[in-house]
Order: sequence, then C-alpha cells, then structure tokens
Amino acid sequence: MRRLPVLLPLIWVCSVFYVGIFLFVGGFLLVRLEVNRTSTCADILSPGAQVKGDFCLSEPRFRRAVVLIIDALKADFTRYDPENTAPKPFENKLPVLDEMGSLHPSHARLYTFRADPPTTTMQRIKGFTTGSLPTFIDVGNNFASNAILEDNLVHQLGQVGKRVVFMGDDTWVSLFPKKFHRSLPFPSFNVKDLHTVDNGILQNIYPTMEGDDWDVLIAHFLGVDHCGHRFGPDHPAMAEKLSQMDGVIRSVIKRLKNDTLLVVMGDHGMTDTGDHGGESQKETDAALFLYSSSPLFSAPGSQMEPEVVPQTDLVPTLALLLGVPIPYSSVGQVLLPLFPQNGSRSAPTGLSQAEALWINVKQVNRFLETYSNMAKDIPPDSLSLLRADFSNISSQYLVAVQEGRLPSPDLVVSMQNYLTSVRETCRASWARFNPFKMAAGLLILGLACLLCCVISELSHLVIQEGFLKLPIFSGLVVGMAVAGVQLFSQGYLELSWCLAGAALSSEVLFLWKTRRVSPKDRWCPARLLTPALLVLFLRCASLLSDSYVIYEGHVVTFLLLTLSVYIPLRLNWDGLLVPLPPPDTQKPPMQRQATLPSSVVRRETTVLLVWLGVLVGSLYVSLSFHNCREEQGSCQPSPFLSPLSRVQDSQLRNLHYVLSVASLATWVYLLHRWLRHYGNLNCSTVSVFSACFILPLACVGMGLHWAVSATPEDTFRNLSELIGLAHVFLPRAIFCVLGLGLLLLWVDPMTVFIKSRTPVNSRGTSLPRPRYRASTGISPQAELHHLIPQLYQRIRHSLEDGGVEAGEVDDRPAVEAYGLGTVFSAPLLLFCGLLGLVLLLLHPEGMALAFLLLLLEAGAVLHIHACSTNLSSLSIHSSGYSVPWASVVSWSLAAAQFFHATGHLPTFPSIQWGAAFVGFPQGHTGTVLPASLVILNTFSSHILFAVGCPLLLFWPLVCEVRGTRSARSVGGEESEDAVMEMRLRESPQKFSSALLQLTARYLFVNGAQVLASVCAAAILRRHLMVWKVFAPKLMFEASGFIVSSVFVMLGLIMVMRVDIAVGRLFKKLLPQNSRLFKLRNRNKPHISAIRLQATPQVLAEMWQQLLSSRLVLMRLWHRAKSGVDTV
Amino acid sequence: MWDVEIRGMASAHAIVASSIFLATVIPAVFLENFSVYGSHMVWLYSVAGSVAVVNIAVFWLLGISPPTKKNTLSFKINRLFRSCLYFLLSCLFYHTVVVLYGAPLLETALDTFSLAVLLSTFTTLRCLCILGPNIQAWIRVFSRDGALSVWDTSLQITTGCSLVGAWLGAFPIPLDWDRPWQVWPVSCTLGATAGFLTGLLVAPVWIHWHRKLLTYKLK
Repeated sequence: MRRLPVLLPLIWVCSVFYVGIFLFVGGFLLVRLEVNRTSTCADILSPGAQVKGDFCLSEPRFRRAVVLIIDALKADFTRYDPENTAPKPFENKLPVLDEMGSLHPSHARLYTFRADPPTTTMQRIKGFTTGSLPTFIDVGNNFASNAILEDNLVHQLGQVGKRVVFMGDDTWVSLFPKKFHRSLPFPSFNVKDLHTVDNGILQNIYPTMEGDDWDVLIAHFLGVDHCGHRFGPDHPAMAEKLSQMDGVIRSVIKRLKNDTLLVVMGDHGMTDTGDHGGESQKETDAALFLYSSSPLFSAPGSQMEPEVVPQTDLVPTLALLLGVPIPYSSVGQVLLPLFPQNGSRSAPTGLSQAEALWINVKQVNRFLETYSNMAKDIPPDSLSLLRADFSNISSQYLVAVQEGRLPSPDLVVSMQNYLTSVRETCRASWARFNPFKMAAGLLILGLACLLCCVISELSHLVIQEGFLKLPIFSGLVVGMAVAGVQLFSQGYLELSWCLAGAALSSEVLFLWKTRRVSPKDRWCPARLLTPALLVLFLRCASLLSDSYVIYEGHVVTFLLLTLSVYIPLRLNWDGLLVPLPPPDTQKPPMQRQATLPSSVVRRETTVLLVWLGVLVGSLYVSLSFHNCREEQGSCQPSPFLSPLSRVQDSQLRNLHYVLSVASLATWVYLLHRWLRHYGNLNCSTVSVFSACFILPLACVGMGLHWAVSATPEDTFRNLSELIGLAHVFLPRAIFCVLGLGLLLLWVDPMTVFIKSRTPVNSRGTSLPRPRYRASTGISPQAELHHLIPQLYQRIRHSLEDGGVEAGEVDDRPAVEAYGLGTVFSAPLLLFCGLLGLVLLLLHPEGMALAFLLLLLEAGAVLHIHACSTNLSSLSIHSSGYSVPWASVVSWSLAAAQFFHATGHLPTFPSIQWGAAFVGFPQGHTGTVLPASLVILNTFSSHILFAVGCPLLLFWPLVCEVRGTRSARSVGGEESEDAVMEMRLRESPQKFSSALLQLTARYLFVNGAQVLASVCAAAILRRHLMVWKVFAPKLMFEASGFIVSSVFVMLGLIMVMRVDIAVGRLFKKLLPQNSRLFKLRNRNKPHISAIRLQATPQVLAEMWQQLLSSRLVLMRLWHRAKSGVDTV
Repeated sequence: MWDVEIRGMASAHAIVASSIFLATVIPAVFLENFSVYGSHMVWLYSVAGSVAVVNIAVFWLLGISPPTKKNTLSFKINRLFRSCLYFLLSCLFYHTVVVLYGAPLLETALDTFSLAVLLSTFTTLRCLCILGPNIQAWIRVFSRDGALSVWDTSLQITTGCSLVGAWLGAFPIPLDWDRPWQVWPVSCTLGATAGFLTGLLVAPVWIHWHRKLLTYKLK
C-alpha cells in the first residue's frame, strides 16, 4: 500500500479547505478583542493636569435620567410634517417630539441616531451601553451566557451608587445580570405579541417615576419592533402603536423634574418590510430625542448642530452629564450641543465643551493604547497618525490651560476630528464585512469541493507519484510571490492573501492538469445526478433557510431515512432484491449467468431488511435525545440531557442510571462480541488485552463515576472527602486507562492469532478434512470433544506412517491465522470503541443510550452498505473497491444526525460546558485543555464517524459472500475461500486508490455542507436571523469540518499502521527459504487462514515437534484458551 | 393494439382525475363551510372515496384484473376478503412509515392515519385492482423489467409519483410562513394528490413516448 501518495492529496485538499474557511470567516466574522478593564472615578488620564482624576470631578449636570428605548424607532417615524394631509400609518404619529422641539427649542432636540451594523437588538444594546462597535465575536466574551463583561454604562452607574431601575425587554436582564437596582423584565421572544412588554412597562413606569427609589430609569418598549416584524410599518397597527408611544412620551414629560434628563431613542430602524439586522440606511437610522425641563441647549443656530449622531456618542455624553466615568472601551464622542460653550458659563454646573471633549479625547486615547497593545488588527500606519494627532492636541491644550486662556475653537474642532478618526479607524477594522475576502473564500471552497470530486473520480491517477508535485510547488511559489509583492508595495504582510494566492493557484493548476489527463467520456455530469447526491443537495439547500436550520435535526433524520429506504427500493428496481424466478423461457439465457444463488440472495435481503429496521428504529428513538433551540416554540429538551445529579425523583434517577449503565455495558458487549465472532480475540497481543480488559475496566470505572456524580451532596456527609476525591480521580483514571488502550492499539494493532497447522489430509482420503470450526455456532466444549478424537486419530496415523509422507508436495504444513480476515477493521473498530467511551465520559450520563444508538446506527449503515454491495456485486462491474456515494452520504448524514441526537445544537448557548469540568471539578488554569475537552464533547459524533470512515471500505469485504468477489478475481483458483480483507493485500494499488477515493468522497460530502453554510452566510448576511442562526451554523459547520477532516486522517493513518504491521507479520511468517505462499481458508465462514507451504526441512522439523506431542498439547491448550475467549 | 390500449388507459386516467376534481367541487356545493384546508378531513375522505370507487369501477369494467383460475363464489369472497385485509395492512404500514418520518406519534394520529388511507388509495388500491392480492406480483412490478403490460407501467408511474408527491409535501412544514396548508398533514395530502394527478397525466404520455422501447411479454 502506498502511504504518502494517499495522504498527500488529502492533506493538500484539507489545507485548501482550511484556507477557504479562514479567508471567508476572516471577512465575515470580524473579531474584536474585549478590553476587560473598567474606568473608575479615581482614574487619572494622562497627560493630566489634575491630580484628583478626571471623571467624577465636577458636580454632574443631571442627577437623574429617564431612558425610553423604543425598539426600532426609525428616524422617519419621528418626523412631523404638518402639510402631509394623508399620512401613512407610520407618519406624523409622534407629534410630541416636534411640538416640544418648536415650543421649547432650548429644552428639546431631535436627532437622527445612526446605529452600527449588525442592527439587531442585542448587539445594539451592547453598542449604546459600552460605547463600542460590537462585532459578531467579541473575544473574551464568555459564550455560556450573554452577559456583557466589558465596561459599560450600567456598570458605571451602579459603581457610583446610582439606582438603575429597568423595565421591558428581558434581553437586558441576561446582558446585565444583577446590575440593576430593580428590574421588571418581560418576555421578548414572541414576535407576534405586540402588547405584553409595553403594557407591562406602562403599568409600572408612572408609579416608579413618582416614587423616589431610582436615579436612572431604563424602559425598553418592544411593541413597535414586533409590529414591524409582524405587519410591516405600513399597517394600521403601527399607527396605533406609535400613537401609544406618543402618549407615553407626553405622560413621562409631564412627570419630569428639573434635574432629570429624558432620552427617547430607537435602537435601530427597519426596512420597508419591517425587518432589520443589515446595514442599509433604513435599518441603521433611528431617532434620538433629548429633553429636559430645564434649559439644556443653547439657542438654535448659535452653534453647529450635528446632522446625524452615531449611536456610540450617547455613552460619553450620558456619562459626563450624569457624572460617571466614561466606560473604558467607549469610542464615542460627546454630543457638544449638550454642553455649554466655552466661556459662557451660563449653566450653573457641569463641564464646558472643551473640558468634556478633553476628557473624552484622553479616555479614547487610553483605550486605543490599551487595545493596540493587546491586538494587532488596527493598521500600524493609521495608529501612528492618531498618536501624532493626540500628542499635538494634548500639547496645545495643556499650553492653553497653563496660560489660563480658553482653548481655541480650532482646538475643539481638531479634538472632534481626532475622535471621529479614531472611531472610523476602529469601525474599518471591526464593523465591516470584507467582501473581497468573503468572495475569495467562497471561490476557494467551491473549487476545493470540485477538487474532492475530481480526486474521488480519478483516484487511480492521483495516486501516481509526482502528480501533485506541480500544483503544490506552484502554490508555494505563488504564495511566496504574493508575500513578496505585499512586502515590497505595502511594507507589511497580510497572511490571508498569501494563503489565498497559494490555494487558488494550486487548485487551478490541478484542475487544469486533470482536465488534460482524464478520459473525456468520464465527465458527464449526469453520472453525478444520483439520488444520493440529490439528497446531499437537499441537505445543502436546507442550510440556506433559517427554518430548516432551526429544525436541522429533524431534517437530517428525514433525509437519512429517505436515503436508506431508497437503497432497497433501488435494489428491487434492479431486480436484485429477490431471487429471480426459476429459469423459464421468459429471459434470454445470457442474462441469467450472473446471478447469486437464491439462498444467498434471500439471506442477504433478510439481513438488509433487518438492519434497515434497526436503522429506522434507532433513528426514531434518537429523535427523543434532541435539545431545543429557543426558536422552537413548544419544545421540551430531552430529559436525558440533564445530569443525573439534577434529577430530583430518586426512583427516576435510579432508572436513568440503570439504563445508562446497561447501554454502556451493551456498547462494550457488542464490540467484544463482534471481535470474538471474527476470531480477533484469540491472540495474546496488547490490542486484545485492551479489548478484553481495558474496555470493561473503563466501563466499570464510568459506571462508578456516574454513580458518584449522581449522589446528592448531602447523602453521605462523612464520605464527602472521598466523594470529592472520586470526582477528581475517577474520570482522570478512566481517561488514562482509555488513553493507554488507544496507545497500545497504536503500538501493536494486530489482532491475529498465528498457529502452526499440521498437514490435514495426511493420508489423502483416509481422514476427512477437519470441519470442527465450520460454524461459529458450535460451543467450544463440543469443539473440544470433536477435536480430541481427531487429534488422537491423527497422532495414530502419523505414528503409523512415521515421516514417510514428508516428501509429499500436496499437503504441507501451513500456518493458520485467526482473525486475519478482519485485520483492518478490528483495530479500527476497537479504536472507535475506546474513543467512544472517552467521548461518552464527557457527556451527561443519559447520553449513553444515544451513544448505543449511534453504534447501532453506524452498524446498520455499514451492513446495509455491505448487503447492497453484495447483492449488486455481480451486476455492477466496477473495478476496485469503490464505495458508492449513497453510503458515504448516509455516513456523513448519520454524523450530522448524531450531532443533534447527542443533545448538541449549532448555537453557542447550547455548548455543553460541563464537559470541561469532567475530572477537573475545580476548573482549569490554562485554556487549551478545557477547550479541547469541549471540542471533543461538541463534535463527538463527527469524530466517531470520521475515524470509522474507512470501515465503509472494509465492511463489504468482512460480510462478503463467498463466490461473489473471487469469481471475478483473476488468480482465484480456490473460489470457495473467504479471503475477506486479505483481498485488499492482493492489490495494494487498488486498495490505496479506494482508500483515497473514499476519503475524498467523505471530505466532499462534508465540504459541500460547509460550502452551503458559507453561501448561506454570504447571501443572507442582511437577513434578520444572520447572527442568530446562520453565523453560528457556519461556525459549527466549519469547526465540524476541521475536526472531521483531522480525525478522518487519523483513521486513515490507523489503517496504514495496520497495513505496516500486516506486512511485517507476513515477512516474519515467510521463512527465508520458502517461496510459495498463498492465502487459504478451510471452508470456514469467518476465519481466514494463511497456509504456508514450507520446504521439506521445515516440514520435517515441525513434524518432529508434532510427534513429540508438544504441539498437540500446545494446540489443546490454545484451543481451550480460545474457547474461554470466544464464548 | 398499442394505441388502443394507451388510449383506453388515458381515458381511464382522465376519469380518475376528473373524479378527484368532482370530489373537491361537489362537497363545496352541498356542504356549508367546506374548504380544502378548513374541513380537510372531509375533503380527504371524499377524494379517497371517489378515487376508490372510480378505480374499482373502471378496472372492473375494463376487466384488467388478472384472470383467475377458479371462479367459484367462495374463492371470490376469499379474494375480496384478502384484498380488504391487504388494504388495511397497507394503511397501517403507511401510518408507521409516516410516523417514522417524523409525524407526531399520538397527537394527530387520526390525521396521520387519514394520510395513510389516502396514500393506500392512490397506491395499494390500484395494485389490488391491477394485480390482485398478490404481494409477489407487487414486488415484481416495481422492478426494471417487471412490467408486463401498459397497466403495470402506469401503476409504476402513478405509485412513484404519489409517494414522491407526499414526500415533497413534507418540505414546507418546517417553514415559518404560517399558511393554512402548512398544517400537518395538509401539505402532504395535497402533495400526494398532486403527485397522483401528475402520475395519471404523465403515464399515458410517457408510455406513448417510449412505446418503441417498451417490450412486454405476453401475459
């Protein structure tokens, strides 16, 4: 078998995929590091003139504030046009804002309030409380909860002792847990409910305002937004809702006191259909209305008014007006009209414009310095420009202050410009999609899928030496060239474009090369239009719709069921499922040649249908292990998902525990049973040791661990220390034992028992061929009974004959190898079994049942594949061991299905964080170990199916029907032999190319799904659900692909390791002087034997051994031992 | 000979198709508040009943059913009984399959069973009419060279189309459009009916088109 030519194309394809994913994700998911520092009153901003600190210095302008957030209050809704006689439902419905503005121009002002994309409520709340520009992933954020850890306005208000009262959208409570003095959250999820939240607020807001138990009141109304989602803006319901809001604002204004600021704002706008989330102006432009009973603004026209207020600007403004520190990572700019102009000093308290700006500039500069030290994503040249600006401003300002004069208006303008450019720089690196990177990523991924397809079709060509040299070499050259050009022209290196250049050029070159090489007739696209690929297409198409992604678990089950039902239907359509009627005149005789015996057909059909039943049953049962997304309204998460310790009812807990342990035991039993059935447990190598002892040991350990973790804490008080120790050491011990098992399996993967066999037909026809192992059904005792007379007879015969027939050529001693028929699949299966236990340990206990179903389902898919291959083996004259698309697609769908059936979902809140604490109840110090544990837990089904992928190649051989394959094998002189996986050794070339083809197909199926979710994210990047559904789905799909591809390689390497070991075994078995060697089996169904035909010298020596009856004893002993092992 | 058979089949199919339309229209005239979505079960059973009656009548009149060796009354009754049993079994079979495909197990069991009845009417009933209660023959028909007459071919096409239609009918269910036809099992029954109608339409055309390629053995 050729190792490098198989691995190299796959590694290359995988890295091309990774580059594509990296590029797309780099352009789509903009990452910002969270600065986890908070501002305090005592902070001294450099360069500081004062010693006391900057923030809480002077008396605040306002003591209290009322913030009314009207979700999706678009800027258009607030404009009042008295000349409009036939207003649309959303026009002229908020006259109060205009009235106040015209009646009290120095008390009220209305601005357009521009949000940053993504315009979704949660991101916006984050935006106007932290003053930062949120991106999809704020690194440092804890994924487990949505809580904002970054410094924010609510936190600052709490720090200085302001009592913040919140009412409305319950998103706030999850964002700011325990930060409110008092909170009245109302459920926000049901979009169809227009009134619950608003009415809840209205019942509470006026009593609260009239009371004295608050300093800052935040009320978040959802009605307008829900009305937009449900009916769109152009609907009478919107008019009603906006009029209601008008009334609310009026009543609030009536109750305002002089020391209170009123802020009415929308968090984002909406499109004409009422949706939001994207970056169009209709979605970003909301309204901001500021009002105070005391004069707030200078007279209109006396100073420049901003036309549009960016949303981040609210944070420093509110902070300085209320006298709290500006949150650390705010990049906003104070809203100057709210501060008195230089020198006027008309306002009794508060900062002047220049002072406010100066504090703001220093704070932004501090943030910029901190951030650029942490992350490198701000371009260095613009950073140095900003630094120069700042030092310029600060020297001017300090000089002005020292000289005791007021800062000039020019300085104010330059400070404003500085703040604006900082904001723009940050925005450029955080809050914009990079369409070029996205397009390049898409292109590379699409080509990579094509590449996989080509490799799978032309695997026999790709495997030739040197086929890949040119593409890879050219890729490296182009990558270097791009890097050089970048260094030369820009002065710095952007890694992603170098990688993109390398990947693209190597892909194109490879495709061009195969186009020349490949036979022309092979490339008809109709050949790929099989139902299996249609199912794959449907699966990919389903990733483009949010509803299908939400119900993904059911969709995948539906498709998998369809595909597996299709297989027998198709076989029946081809007339292969039922034995043909006895030959009559109907059929032309030539068609009847290639048929299997009808008993074989009947048996295979029965096996096929039984396994189909198992598959369907396990699919159906596995539906009850699903978790629920929040979008699925009336869905109950599976009761098996909660850890046992949380189950209150002790009887139910016991039942769950017994079920889990039983399924764990069944898992181990099934593996053991399979290995024993195929004679892989006869030898005494370390891998058998791991199968016989490590598996049950780990199983017992896990049962104990579950029992310990399920006991309620207060039951065994005196044993609490012991229990604590068990929590730590039991899982670690199990990990170690299983790891040891995996290691042993790697060190010696052979599960073959070699036995020297004496000549069987020593006297020609005088002795019947021993048939005592003809069936595995015979009990070992019976075998032994049968064996002893035979041995006796043979010894008698040999004693009679002496060494006479030693010169005979026909029957020479042979070496029997038990378990050689499954030499590849046995270690792989054992590997999967051990790995499965590791992964199961990371799951809640109830998932043991799901894992058992996984094993059954994998077995069912394999058997259906094997049976259909057997049944159609004669009609399809395919060369090699090609695995059809249907099986590969089912295998991959099963992986996706069990991702859901083990309680996982493609959303961040549903990640099972508990996995990180298995064996580490006190937590971790590093991040690598917990992260890898969580990844192992999340992608466990991907991992198991990926490692087991080569089994698809081996299974038809393991279950082969004798006579089907050997009929067409060329050198098969003994067609009755079941050679099983040894057949792969006959043609290493075909074996390698089949392995390459299978892996390429599996990668294609997974890669196509990644491509589909990438397309979904790219096309629907303005969709309402993009940050809730598509972006997380993309992340999970991409990481699942990466994990799958790594583990598929691992499985492949395992197969190669076995191949090396088999080669070594054969070398050892063949004595130097023996030449004839063939595979042979004595008409036994499941045990292959190698018969080694030896030279007379060897033969005589062995014969001597037999005569001295030592071998007889040895055989008896082995037989008895294997009898113990086997049953 | 060929053309006569195809024409006969086409007209038989036209009668069956028109019976579906009549079954939709006539209750609308006689019943108040009748609508395909609103009173879905009424529509379903009216369609199923009319298709069953028309199918049986047409095939009985045309004499398509396989010739029987014995012609005694008891044999006929036995046949009828077996046919009814097979029909019932096929309803249960379809019910199981639909539940395995993801239909709720208990909540809408009656609706699910109605879908199974409709599917059985479209598929099993025609098998019974054309091939008689003979499962061996049914399995034989659904293989590549299993069709022995144009009727067998049309059976292949209509059955396949009905099942694929019902399968496709499940697609819109998860979508969040909130339409009345997305309610279980409306979309599936509509899909099955549409598939069946398509099959009825396509079968004669397809057979006519491929008449050179189709070589049936003598019965």
